[in-house]
Amino acid sequence: MIPANFDYLRVDSVEGALEALQEHGDEAKLIAGGHSLLPLMKFRLSAPAYLVDINRLDDLKYVREENGSLVIGALTRHSDIEANSLVKKNAGLLASATHHVGDPQVRHRGTIGGAIAHGDPASDIPSALLALNATVVVTGPEGTRDIPIDDFFVGFLETDLKDDEMLTQIKVPSVPDAKWSFQKFNRRAQDWAIVGASVLVNNGQSGVSLVNMHSTPFRATAVEEAIASGANAKEASEQAAIGTEPTSDINASVEYRKHLARVLVKRGLEEAGL
Amino acid sequence: MEVTLNINGVEQSHDVEPRTLLVQFIRESAGLTGTNIGCDTSSCGACTVHLNGESIKSCTVLAAQVDGMEVTTIEGLAQSDGTLHPMQQAFHECHALQCGYCTPGMVMACVSLVEENQTLTEDEVREGLEGNLCRCTGYHNIVKAVLEVSEA
Repeated sequence: MIPANFDYLRVDSVEGALEALQEHGDEAKLIAGGHSLLPLMKFRLSAPAYLVDINRLDDLKYVREENGSLVIGALTRHSDIEANSLVKKNAGLLASATHHVGDPQVRHRGTIGGAIAHGDPASDIPSALLALNATVVVTGPEGTRDIPIDDFFVGFLETDLKDDEMLTQIKVPSVPDAKWSFQKFNRRAQDWAIVGASVLVNNGQSGVSLVNMHSTPFRATAVEEAIASGANAKEASEQAAIGTEPTSDINASVEYRKHLARVLVKRGLEEAGL
Repeated sequence: MEVTLNINGVEQSHDVEPRTLLVQFIRESAGLTGTNIGCDTSSCGACTVHLNGESIKSCTVLAAQVDGMEVTTIEGLAQSDGTLHPMQQAFHECHALQCGYCTPGMVMACVSLVEENQTLTEDEVREGLEGNLCRCTGYHNIVKAVLEVSEA
């Protein structure tokens, strides 16, 4: 399958990318690893007139520690994140979720920024970042702005990113002492999650979120509140499907997905020591 | 647009459309048909090649994106005198193929896997090959071949 024709623009700086976006508006699409965008283009579900290739922006490939947070460049590949010792030590949940993305070949190409900017509720990484209370940094013509991860996903495959902005960095609070669990339920190893759950427990505070249970990556607020009021794993996990609106498809009905959410959150909470 | 790749040590420049996939460039422009197209949706792994030494699925990368980079395909593994790469030899000895369609991609994925981790357990091999589908072998002999090489 071949994508529809487009003009290919290769940029070598954030400024260059922003200029291309300003010039071509919503006719342009940034491409990083391309493992979400290219399949859509091959199926002709997406047909941007201009493809702006940001793969050479090596300045956006890094993992650093800054003021008690991990800061991760948007173009850092999944394979570099899952193997990174800083990520494993300070945000083990993110390393684990990243390891569950696709397969080794996909993780050699896909980037953390691309996975988030795509806004897919079935993606593993946004859920880990919700549980970790991450912040998304975007850069536009007026400079950069920080978006709390809870405000970033606004609808199905829709984010708060404007047409002239690009995602440049992810900030993840370091939680080396946290207990966590990433749960993914699927039929075959490389598949998307039928349902997934991220659980993080740190100093009595919890972060719990779900994969593929809503039109957006979903924070399981009812579970977090139950834990805050002293519920155990079983009691808290009974709240896991509250507020979700999963879809029904060939893999699972709505009811089965809700059941899975409760089961996976319970397993996650138990693994996280609750 | 002009795209130049170093494929198996040989520079190749071809004038292609920007939408040309890497696997098309390899098969149609460079004429190297050892790399197969299977699912064409980055699921099956038949099109796996190495990009700057790492396994990738060439059906889901544009040739333009990797302009100037080094690609290794199945044709680039054996030595010029025909001596097989240790992974190819292990596939041969362990009978790690039947129809052979997945084999080029499978071998490339296995080489990359062993390069990243020389002390693989059987579980790690099975998980590491999650991106490559084989409909004949049941994977058993493929896993044996990889373990043979990683323990060697």
